[in-house]
Amino acid sequence: MIRFDRVSKSLLGRLVLNDVSFEVAKGASLAIVGPSGAGKSVTLKHMICLLRPDVGSVEIGGDAISEARGSELDRIRRRFGVLFQSSALLEWLTVAENVALPLREKTAMSEEDIISTVNERLRLVGLEEDREKHPSELSGGMKKRAGLARALAEDPEIVLYDEPTSGLDPVSARSIDNLINTTRKDLGVTSVVVTHDLHSALSVGTSIAMIYRGAIVEMCSPSEFVRSENDIVQQFLKAQYITDSGAWEIKQ
Amino acid sequence: MNLTREPESYPRPQNVPAWLGRKVIFLARGMGRALMLLASAVRTIFPHAFTVRARREIGNQMYIGGIMSLGVVTVVALFTGMILALQTGIELRRFGQEVFIGSAVMMSMLREMGPFMSGIILAASVGASIAAQMGTMVVSEEIAALEVMSISPVRFLVMPRLVAMAIMTPLLSLYGCLMGVLGGGIVGETQLGVAWAAYIQNSTRFVGVKDVYVGMLKAFVFGIIIVIVACHEGFGTTNGAVGVGNSTRRSVVISFLAILISGFFITRFFYV
Repeated sequence: MIRFDRVSKSLLGRLVLNDVSFEVAKGASLAIVGPSGAGKSVTLKHMICLLRPDVGSVEIGGDAISEARGSELDRIRRRFGVLFQSSALLEWLTVAENVALPLREKTAMSEEDIISTVNERLRLVGLEEDREKHPSELSGGMKKRAGLARALAEDPEIVLYDEPTSGLDPVSARSIDNLINTTRKDLGVTSVVVTHDLHSALSVGTSIAMIYRGAIVEMCSPSEFVRSENDIVQQFLKAQYITDSGAWEIKQ
Repeated sequence: MNLTREPESYPRPQNVPAWLGRKVIFLARGMGRALMLLASAVRTIFPHAFTVRARREIGNQMYIGGIMSLGVVTVVALFTGMILALQTGIELRRFGQEVFIGSAVMMSMLREMGPFMSGIILAASVGASIAAQMGTMVVSEEIAALEVMSISPVRFLVMPRLVAMAIMTPLLSLYGCLMGVLGGGIVGETQLGVAWAAYIQNSTRFVGVKDVYVGMLKAFVFGIIIVIVACHEGFGTTNGAVGVGNSTRRSVVISFLAILISGFFITRFFYV
């Protein structure tokens, strides 16, 4: 579904991605983890062509998005829903208007169908009661939920999450994790989650990729990841107090 | 038109010619990008400006840019007219011709002061506000979100503001002229002993259609400059809150300069 083929990228004179290759199968959920500045968000931005690779290519379902422009790029981007780190809700619109925005601007749906879809998506993320609120009236967790409802508005095939739990308390963070899992299972979408929260990555990913200094140093299932003998992975696990892989498996 | 740009860095110029050369290249690039933004926005007017949502947004922007600026335009124009009348009246009185202050005020306001004044006021208020809003939207990833949703920020954000200001700036300019003439009349009546009827009669005596339409054309061009410069600077924002401040400041300075320079060339084209 998503294919990175030997992608390299330099920004401000620094090599941010170095010969990165991986694939994400349809319906799978890839969690990309790594320390700040490792290249996680840059990887995500390549998937939706907010950045283009200096070398290599990015394909989405066989379409080379890294080469696409104009209407072709729009067509490929329509396969995506994206939850941005800051939620990126338009401040002057209500929650319901934000969710309805892509439907009103890009589709010929009737107003009744739009309202029905918006209600359904808001119900999915648990924000039916807050539909008339503006983003400034929402908590961090609620903003993420509203952003997710908007990302799902057009029934995307792929949902990208950029740091979905950053800035949230542990309870809200776990509820967002549950929402990511529910979305993937109920709607059958392919997910890519960029996070530095390893607890979140282990609970939402069917596979986990660790990026360090622009290169993927480990890519495997969550259970293999917690047992990895890679020094960088071990350091990352210990830094987040995931030291007992057996205990993590029992929790799962 | 893709508005999300990669961050750029360049080595520090080693000498004055290199520094100057870079400034010239950046100026040319900025002007090129601003003109491309204008072309993209104009292209979206006819297919999209008449939809219900776009008309509502244009109306909203006309209210923000025009109606909300009425107060400041009224005060500035009224006092500009009063100062013009007083200064010209004092000189004309030496020759016993103070009755002609009406013509002086009307011609000055219609040809230059009305469009220039409304342009400067709108650049400092509406232009700064647009640049700050666009800059904040870049920083909070809202522009990237629109692009990823395949909603063109040019159509969604720039076009309604462009249409609204292209309509409202000439109207505000005309309104400013009327207020200036009114201010001049008040000074003529109370300070210079020029009767109201004589003032009005002299105000309209030498005014031609050309004076009206060239003034309106200037204001129309200024309205477009303000929106395009503000959006262009806002979309180019980097470095968070500091960057938003820088974009806003640059937007106001560039708009002021562009209004002055384009105003000169329009006058030169039509009157020389």
